Amino acid sequence: MSAPENCDLHTIVVLVENKSGVLARIAGLFSRRGFNIESLAVAPTDDERFSRITIVVDVSSTSIDQVVKQLDKLVNVLEIRELDPATSVERELLMVTVAAATPESRREIIDLVQIFDAQVLNVGFKELMVSVAGSPRRLDDFEALLGRYGIVEMQRTGKIALSELVKVDPTA
Amino acid sequence: MQLNGAQAVLKALEHEGVDTVFGMPGGAILPVYDPLIESSIRHILVRHEQGAGHMASGYAHATGRPGVAVVTSGPAATNMVTPLLDAYMDSIPMVCITGQVALPAIGTDAFQEADTTGITMSATKHNYLVTDVNDIPQIIHDAFHLATTGRPGPVLVDIPKDLVLPSAELEWYTPTGHDLPGYNPVMDGDPAAIAQAARMICEAERPVIYSGGGILRSRAAEVLLELAEMTGIPVVTTLMNRGGFPDDHELCLGMPGMHGNYTAVMAMQEADLLIALGSRFDDRVTGDRGSFAPDAKVIHVDIDPAELGKVRHAHVPIAGDAKSIIAGLNGAIRSLGGAEAQPDRTAWRTTLSGWQEKYPLTYEEHQPGERLKPQAVVEQLRDNTPDDTIVVAGVGQHQMWASQYWKFNHPYTWINSGGLGTMGYAVPAAIGAQVGQPDRMVWAVDGDGCFQMTCQELTTAALEKIPVKIAILNNSYLGMVRQWQELFYDERYSETHLDTLPDFKMMAESMGCVGFRVDSPEEVEATIQKANEVDDRPVVVDFRTLEDEKVYPMVPAGASNSELLVDPSQREG
Ligand SMILES: Cc1ncc(C[n+]2csc(CCOP(=O)(O)OP(=O)(O)O)c2C)c(N)n1
Ligand SMILES: [Mg+2]
Repeated sequence: MSAPENCDLHTIVVLVENKSGVLARIAGLFSRRGFNIESLAVAPTDDERFSRITIVVDVSSTSIDQVVKQLDKLVNVLEIRELDPATSVERELLMVTVAAATPESRREIIDLVQIFDAQVLNVGFKELMVSVAGSPRRLDDFEALLGRYGIVEMQRTGKIALSELVKVDPTA
Repeated sequence: MQLNGAQAVLKALEHEGVDTVFGMPGGAILPVYDPLIESSIRHILVRHEQGAGHMASGYAHATGRPGVAVVTSGPAATNMVTPLLDAYMDSIPMVCITGQVALPAIGTDAFQEADTTGITMSATKHNYLVTDVNDIPQIIHDAFHLATTGRPGPVLVDIPKDLVLPSAELEWYTPTGHDLPGYNPVMDGDPAAIAQAARMICEAERPVIYSGGGILRSRAAEVLLELAEMTGIPVVTTLMNRGGFPDDHELCLGMPGMHGNYTAVMAMQEADLLIALGSRFDDRVTGDRGSFAPDAKVIHVDIDPAELGKVRHAHVPIAGDAKSIIAGLNGAIRSLGGAEAQPDRTAWRTTLSGWQEKYPLTYEEHQPGERLKPQAVVEQLRDNTPDDTIVVAGVGQHQMWASQYWKFNHPYTWINSGGLGTMGYAVPAAIGAQVGQPDRMVWAVDGDGCFQMTCQELTTAALEKIPVKIAILNNSYLGMVRQWQELFYDERYSETHLDTLPDFKMMAESMGCVGFRVDSPEEVEATIQKANEVDDRPVVVDFRTLEDEKVYPMVPAGASNSELLVDPSQREG
């Protein structure tokens, strides 16, 4: 799922009320306004009244400013933060079933699993199911390297992200 | 106090100060209609739910209070979609209560089930599906708050039938606050931006105030007048703000846009500063965006931050309530010297008055034997009705002539469907306006096409003794579409001729109204007088107008505003 050409991807983190229909409102807004969602991940926060949605949006044809302002108009949206890739920590999970019919391919795939700190989740007589978590870039690499064996089925979660922490004590 | 859900709905509406609701009962909403009999709220029984929605809108326009519609589930809710979107586009405060099938039946394709909140998600400012009877007071309170604050708009509350049955009881409570953690509309503008805007205004040589519907929504007409008079800056009033600045004021340039007058359109094109107040650079105003007002810097004031920079870059964007920001702006300009601080704009004023003289709105004289001139009918209506008459329009040529030829000198005297352009708006919206302002005269200027979309509501008005007056500018055509076919499709009139059916006079009489038909110019004034005298039921006047009259000026779709076509008599060469 490496990003298509000519994309301008931004990550926004949206804090919403944890109510039914909120995801539909966000998805509806994006389709109605012609905004393109590259990926989307939703989960409740530590406070169960709220959920956090991480949206990667392609702003090559709209302004990020409009996306943020329109999202902000949704009554159930509490807070929106745009994350700068340079100063945020991003993680994504990938699960993939890859063809491993020969002993050589099986061996090589397991090597890749070790190099990438991935995990074998399930073993079939001619396939392996593996998963890896990491930065989306790293997942792109892993996916590309597995490609030559034949990807049978694959699922990525879409990324989640948090701002990088301050390294220097500003009061020191 | 123990109430059942239905009683709680009515108590909540009464608590919000609702005096009138427009609606029609049916299965899912039936329990709410039972305690209505004891309620102080007046219910107006419509003939079609679309009528209820537009009536609520007309009521809101005319009173500034939210309009309320109550309808049942399924087909009734889908009949509300058009009025909801119409109100959403024009920022009209409205609350719509819809019945829904019982909670356990939701999702089973039950009889008259519709995914009302799903369907209306993009047609409302917000909507609710109530899932607990105890939430009814709070949600209705929040719905009114959302509808009337910030950028106003329609809010829908969908209530499953099992929550309003007598068995669904709750302990009534009066909500004290709101449960809206994500809703904080900005009200006050940034003082630094206001100060910067004031400086820009005092430096501009060719400024224009581009005033839109936000002026009326925020009740800012007075502060706008003060701003214009202090600075001497001319004002254009968009289709949504006709009346928000008096037409007879020397600084008023009138309506800009596709059918705006030459001076209003060209003033914006040539301006070096556009002061956009509660307006949103709609495509019907800008024409081709790339060539719109090429030399203008922009100050943009809007309560909706998403409007700032959406269409046109704003050099000074100011989010907040127009009234408070304009008041702030007036103060800031005054402290810079007010009128004294304005540069010499004699050249600009001369240019504008030169255009006004050369290109006034005009139309050719009536010729003997011809059908009526629609513009002349509007002028005679204008001249034979009180100054504060409320004018309500449908959508089409008649709407443009009404906006062009009426003189709007008071705010809230012009009601129309601007953003959505909903044919059929006029009759129900006029009824709603008359209900909200029973002591004022309300005239709808409608088209023969539009009238046939919602005229059944005249039965409603007749039974309720609502004396609205409807002037049909009957050109026997879907005239606006015909105009495009004549000008841009080689006079190939595909499906725009409405012929001469039905007989509107008879139709009106059959619905309990007074009906007139006017064919000759001599009868126009006398018939208007007769219509004005009717105060106990609606009146319909079928004015037989010219079939091929066109609305000018006109900016062809997609063209630059500088390519405005004026009336043929004003063209050179
Ligand atoms: C519901 C709806 N359907 C179609 C249109 C497209 N439309 C715009 S104006 C118009 C003609 C209106 O005819 P009429 O009411 O006779 O007004 P006229 O232009 O002749 O004054 C049509 C069909 C619309 N605006 N709304
Ligand atoms: Mg017509």
